[in-house]
Amino acid sequence: MRAGVIVFPGSNCDRDLTVAFEMAGFEVSKIWHKDTSLPANLDIIGIPGGFSFGDYLRCGAIAARSPICGAVVRHANRGGYVIGICNGFQVLTETGLLPGVLMRNAGLKFVCKSVALTVVTSDSAFTGGYDPGQVVHYPVAHHDGNYTAAPDLLAKLADQDRIAFRYENNPNGSADDIAGILSENRRVLGLMPHPERVVDPLQGGVDGTALFGSVAAVMTPATANA
Amino acid sequence: MKARVHVMLKSGVLDPQGEAVRHALGTLGFEGVNGVRQGKVIELDLAETDKDAAAATVRDMCEKLLANTVIESYQVDLS
Repeated sequence: MRAGVIVFPGSNCDRDLTVAFEMAGFEVSKIWHKDTSLPANLDIIGIPGGFSFGDYLRCGAIAARSPICGAVVRHANRGGYVIGICNGFQVLTETGLLPGVLMRNAGLKFVCKSVALTVVTSDSAFTGGYDPGQVVHYPVAHHDGNYTAAPDLLAKLADQDRIAFRYENNPNGSADDIAGILSENRRVLGLMPHPERVVDPLQGGVDGTALFGSVAAVMTPATANA
Repeated sequence: MKARVHVMLKSGVLDPQGEAVRHALGTLGFEGVNGVRQGKVIELDLAETDKDAAAATVRDMCEKLLANTVIESYQVDLS
């Protein structure tokens, strides 16, 4: 199993995400934003948290137009798995791989704390290790996590069971308490909270372990013969 | 040729930063400010000399990068 973690100038969760993938059994390559192609045979790409390009213009906007993101979009469009966490979620919305926008938190403050999330669907490679309705605790650390989308898009996300996580106590004003959403083919996940920061008891929790574990479980049969 | 691009949140999109500015103005004693919307101005210095070509290019830039058209509108002025 191979994972790639994209590194932009200003990414700061790339190592955490790498370690979380490694703990789940992945061999991980870090990929620089100026690269134009991905290493061969990647099973999943992770876009980490941080402040890519200093959040200039809009969060994730410059990163989404970087050379490597063309390759990430091609990977996703041919059915590849992608997870974008925090700034990675912002990048995914800016590339158009996920719909909607992450705006400034409604309270205008940077929110940095552990939050309770409901796992809304277990029907994805990312959430298959959880029960629907299960409450997990992941940390959030963001200034722009206020998920915003037109009412018809919000209805569509709910109808298609594409809301992966909802906040129990909405910390940022997100529409419909949305903390994470899936693409139409359910293979791209974007979420603001950080599962990679809760994969070791030393971090204060292990609620994120099941996310990486369920991704690994989905990959194992496909790549066992590779 | 110079281009000036105004990027604003579309009407109907909540602007928490504009709201914060409105509150701060009230605190300073400026009364009667019914609404504040905050946007961006981006100035471009272009090699292009043909106005129509420049306008088309800048609109393309807005669609692809300068504005997020899900929530933002833009206006291009050339001089």
